[in-house]
Amino acid sequence: MNYLLGAFKPASHISIVFTDEKNRKKVPIKKENGQTVMVPLFQSLENIVGKPVQGKKIEHNGIKVELLGQIEMYFDRENFYDFTSTSLDEELDVPGELYEKKLNPFEFSTVEMPYETYNGVNVRLRYVLKVTISRGYAGSIIEYQDFVVRNYSPPPSINNSIKMEVGIEDCMHIEFEYNKSKYHLKDVIIGKIYFLLVRIKIKNMDLEIRRRESTGSGANTHVETETLAKFELMDGAPVRGESIPIRLFLSPYELTPTHRNINNKFSVKYYLNLVLVDEEDRRYFKQQEIIMYRLAEDSS
Amino acid sequence: MTADGGVAEDEEKWLAAGITGLQQNAFYMHRALDSNNLKDALKYSAQMLSELRTSRLSPTKYYELYMRAFDELRRLEIFFLEETRRGCSIIDLYELVQHAGNILPRLYLLCTAGSVYIKSKEAPAKDILKDLVEMCRGVQHPLRGLFLRSYLSQLSRDKLPDIGSEYEGDADTVMDAVEFVLQNFTEMNKLWVRMQYQGPAGKKERREKERSELRDLVGKNLHVLSQIEGVDLDIYRETVLPRVLEQVVNCKDELAQYYLMDCIIQVFPDEYHLQTLEVLLGACPQLQPSVDIKTVLSRLMERLSNYAASSAGVLPEFLQVDAFTKLNGAIGKVIGAQADLPVAGVVALYSSLLTFTLHVHPDRMDYADQVLGSCVDKLSGIGKVEDSQATKQIVALLSAPLDKYNDVNTALKLTNYPRVMDYLDHETNKVMASIIIRSILKNNTVISSRDKVEALFQLLKGLLQDADGDYDEVDEEDFKEEQNSVARLIQMLHNDDPVQMFKILTIVKNNILTGGVKRLPHTVPPLVFSSLKLVRRLQSRMESGAEEEVVSETQKIFQLLNQVIEALSHIPVPELSLRLYLQCAEAANDCDLEPVAYEFFTQAYILYEEEISDSRAQVTAIHLIIGTLQRIHVFGVENRDTLTHKATGYSAKLLKKPDKCRAVYVCSHLFWTSDPDGVRDGERVLLCLKRALKIADAAQHMANVTRGSSGSVTLFIEILNKYLYFFEKGNPQITVTTIQDLIALITTEMQSDSAIPDPAANSFLARTKQYIQFQKHKGGSISEKYEPLQI
Repeated sequence: MNYLLGAFKPASHISIVFTDEKNRKKVPIKKENGQTVMVPLFQSLENIVGKPVQGKKIEHNGIKVELLGQIEMYFDRENFYDFTSTSLDEELDVPGELYEKKLNPFEFSTVEMPYETYNGVNVRLRYVLKVTISRGYAGSIIEYQDFVVRNYSPPPSINNSIKMEVGIEDCMHIEFEYNKSKYHLKDVIIGKIYFLLVRIKIKNMDLEIRRRESTGSGANTHVETETLAKFELMDGAPVRGESIPIRLFLSPYELTPTHRNINNKFSVKYYLNLVLVDEEDRRYFKQQEIIMYRLAEDSS
Repeated sequence: MTADGGVAEDEEKWLAAGITGLQQNAFYMHRALDSNNLKDALKYSAQMLSELRTSRLSPTKYYELYMRAFDELRRLEIFFLEETRRGCSIIDLYELVQHAGNILPRLYLLCTAGSVYIKSKEAPAKDILKDLVEMCRGVQHPLRGLFLRSYLSQLSRDKLPDIGSEYEGDADTVMDAVEFVLQNFTEMNKLWVRMQYQGPAGKKERREKERSELRDLVGKNLHVLSQIEGVDLDIYRETVLPRVLEQVVNCKDELAQYYLMDCIIQVFPDEYHLQTLEVLLGACPQLQPSVDIKTVLSRLMERLSNYAASSAGVLPEFLQVDAFTKLNGAIGKVIGAQADLPVAGVVALYSSLLTFTLHVHPDRMDYADQVLGSCVDKLSGIGKVEDSQATKQIVALLSAPLDKYNDVNTALKLTNYPRVMDYLDHETNKVMASIIIRSILKNNTVISSRDKVEALFQLLKGLLQDADGDYDEVDEEDFKEEQNSVARLIQMLHNDDPVQMFKILTIVKNNILTGGVKRLPHTVPPLVFSSLKLVRRLQSRMESGAEEEVVSETQKIFQLLNQVIEALSHIPVPELSLRLYLQCAEAANDCDLEPVAYEFFTQAYILYEEEISDSRAQVTAIHLIIGTLQRIHVFGVENRDTLTHKATGYSAKLLKKPDKCRAVYVCSHLFWTSDPDGVRDGERVLLCLKRALKIADAAQHMANVTRGSSGSVTLFIEILNKYLYFFEKGNPQITVTTIQDLIALITTEMQSDSAIPDPAANSFLARTKQYIQFQKHKGGSISEKYEPLQI
């Protein structure tokens, strides 16, 4: 199929094949046009090895493969911020004629990719391999191959629980506890809410996971908050002394690790928002930040 | 259309909508199940269960919806089970179902998966159950929570880590099972109690009704507890009961407390109750004042009574734990704790206790008396009980010993019995007295001692005396009924020893004499006859010696009789008194007590002269007097003459001629006793008869004058019959000629012009003549006598 499609494409069709493509894990990413494609997954300091593949004989003035890390602000489309230096460029071929199967492989060894791929509301961070075939008059042929980077952290050595008493004077006092302050992406939030005083007719109580993405800096800071999970904890009105358990599995939700000030461009923070709704649909809430991290797959 | 009707209609609509939603999602779920699509199955089952999140349905309707969901969940559970067999990890599944965002569907799914998890035995049942029961806390809405937990309870029933169960765990396995059920029970009860505080205050009544419909969901847990094999007496005493009671007491809810106490009593074995009586009873005074503790305790005592009755072997247990004292104490405390417990309740409690002790300790009359005593203590200070409910209860209380022993003697031994009865108002007192009498009559109880009679009459005061002060309208019929029963009762008093019997009679006398004018006519006759019976018994003793003693006793009796009849004659009921005097006179005659007999006659005569003025009554009285006098042989000539003379005198003074005539010819018998040694004065007999004829004649004339036709000849024929009688008896003054003359006279009278035909008289005469003929042909001395008689 690809081959057929390729037949109608411009003569300059080119793609990249990773050497370990068969064994490498692939993860889905959403392209700009809304389609989801599977792309290989890497982590920092891995060797990225592969070779470009192209269908037709072309003349060229040299072929270049670059590994780029880009931060793209959606409100500022024109500007990409490449944070990975182009020094990773590699000349694949000297000028000449390029035939099928005659391409040389490339290898980027132990590339430092400190930031994870991220697809947010206002910003995205992506990694691409850029192949440039320079041609004199016809202009260069440029092809991009996305890949995903995920970096794993060890479990934090200190991971205190979050415990807090909040309330509205003479109306409601609750004490809540989340077992940790740092959760990995497949973690379970365990906790409880203890009602010390209830004078409000509560209808239900939810626990929300909110993601706060801030982009830009200074006056240009954009903050976007999304509710990724809305998990009902309690149905009905509790009485004083009642304690409601929390057990929220994080795996069903599309979470990312917390990102702090990535390349001075953006931050992504996560919050647990405890929301109580009364019978008049008034909402009472308390938001607490939690740190998300990615634990190596096999151990999570 | 009432508002309620509208609500009901809407509810139907909402239910229908709920069912539709549920079925739709169930359909998709089935499809997912059929294609082994776990993800979709979870998605659609959660959506299906979302229908249960409604707040609009009443418990009944919600139950309908729940049951449908329940059925669907069974299919899902089977699917889960198959899924695990196909290799899906149950642990993963258990996590997967918890991804559902809404809590209610999530927990239903969790319970369902939990059930499969337990079956898989990959984790100890107790851990899974504990997790489930904890997680269910998330549903705080009473109705939804109750059903959810009920679902949990339903699923877990056969999966408790009970002893002998395939899910049995380590050493504390029973406690784990108990702990789980207790926790679920506690939470369910809390939800149930909370229901009444939610929603508008105006609909409280309806809510109470709805709550009542849900009670079995809560009570089921207690049932489950009772079914746990491993719950032995120790665990019950140490854990189950205290924990359950703690919840019951702390929930401070009337409906729940009443229902749960009852549940405890009904669900657990009698033996446990007996052994933990103190604990169970200890909870009672702590319940809300409005709780119907009396019913609860009654049921408990009823159960224990039945238990005691079930086998004799358990009785020592009762004694060992001293059940009675504990119950008695508990009741006292309950009454003390519930200041506004109505009197009816107080009495009902004691009534049940009494029933209990009567059943369990029939030999311990002191217990029964103690119960009554406690009851009196509680009643003291409130005066007569007016409340009809309460009086009814008192009657029940007092009836219990009668019903149990069928012997009033037992009741009479209870010193507190009359004290309780004192609290009854007059009306009820009478009712109670009637019950006592009925019991005596029904069982033919003989009351034979003085003390008992005294005590009995103390109880029956209500029937024997008027109430102080008030003179209510009393229904005549009822009154007679009451007094009749008293009369019957008097007959039941009996002692074989005449001396004792006399004492009894004296007591009766003392009691009835104060009864007032309305009662005496009913109560005196039985006393009189009972006394006369005694006289007769003494007479029969006479033959076996001890004459003097007997005579003095007899005289005492007659004195008593004189007294009571005199009291009666003052009322006045002269006819009745007269009859009684005559009865006594006859009895005195049998005892050869001439002066006594004479005295009685004198009294009778005085009554006749002074009190009896109605002519018809006079006729009856005179006949009675004559009849009695005729039979009496004890009189000496002088006395007899006086009395007969008086009697004939009275006869002659009767108003109506026929009455007079008849009385006079009857008087003839006074001169001719059947006893050959007695009075036989033929002349005076004839004199009487002749006078009678004269009077009859006068009557005839009078009829002629006033009506223009002569009256009936019946009187003549009657006199003819008297003639024949004395003729036969051998009165020399009555001859064939006199008889023949009379017959001729009669015939003439009948054929006279002015006579009106009277078929009755004709046949009377014919029959008389026939008799004469018959006697003629009979043979023997009689025939000879009649022979000369010509008709």
